[in-house]
Amino acid sequence: MVLSGNDKSNVKGVFSKIGGHAEEYGAETLERMFCTYPQTKTYFPHFDLQHGSAQVKAHGKKVAGALIEAANHIDDIAGALSKLSDLHAQKLRVDPVNFKLLGQCFLVVVAIHHPSVLTPEVHASLDKFLCAVGNVLTAKYR
Amino acid sequence: MVHWSAEEKQLIASVWSKVNVEECGAEALARLLIVYPWTQRFFASFGNLSSPTAILGNPMVRAHGRKVLTSFGEAVKNLDNIKATYSKLSELHCEKLHVDPENFRLLGDILIIVLASHFARDFTPACQFAWQKLVSVVAHALARKYH
Repeated sequence: MVLSGNDKSNVKGVFSKIGGHAEEYGAETLERMFCTYPQTKTYFPHFDLQHGSAQVKAHGKKVAGALIEAANHIDDIAGALSKLSDLHAQKLRVDPVNFKLLGQCFLVVVAIHHPSVLTPEVHASLDKFLCAVGNVLTAKYR
Repeated sequence: MVHWSAEEKQLIASVWSKVNVEECGAEALARLLIVYPWTQRFFASFGNLSSPTAILGNPMVRAHGRKVLTSFGEAVKNLDNIKATYSKLSELHCEKLHVDPENFRLLGDILIIVLASHFARDFTPACQFAWQKLVSVVAHALARKYH
């Protein structure tokens, strides 16, 4: 799966339209993920996962930051997320299936807040991008 | 048998009552074909699927999308007996249509996104949970008779 020129510009377009809301959307993505897929909570036994949790907000900001970083370096996502990839392989070891669940929730959040941005073509590009990010983060697992 | 809480049933019914089945169905199927283009393999007879615009405007896609979502309505009406509701359709998808059940999961995920874009903040996390559960149960029921 390769990101075309169109995909890249679609993805950059999404993040520029999301603008300053990215951190807030990161938190909402996590909240929805914990709610919709309760098994994902098993990775956060040390967190307060209640609605409005400061820990979830802070973590959402990190997740959003990583997605923005990947979008800003979309020609070399592996390079941009190399340290995060190491972290996930060596320490976090989040099962690969969960990246798809996070991606689904991020798409839902974008659909909710910017339905007109998420045209079918942009939806396709963003889905591919999120897959690519997940692939990078799990690339060094074995 | 799947257990549905009273709240889940209410969330499902409330969203469904506001769904335009024709529009949502058409959009969901079109997005499936656009976002996951390999799913076009089942629709060779549908004519022009050469671009997102062609897919969105294709009358056969629209009609089939409506048909699929109308059938989904049967699950909403029969939450306590989804397995039986889809028994024959499951056999059909296996024996005649030869559709990999993974496609039911893909369509379910797409439907969630379409609902989110239409209902915005009303599509609360609790709503998303109930609907994600529903699409998962439907996908499972459609795959149940495969052999």
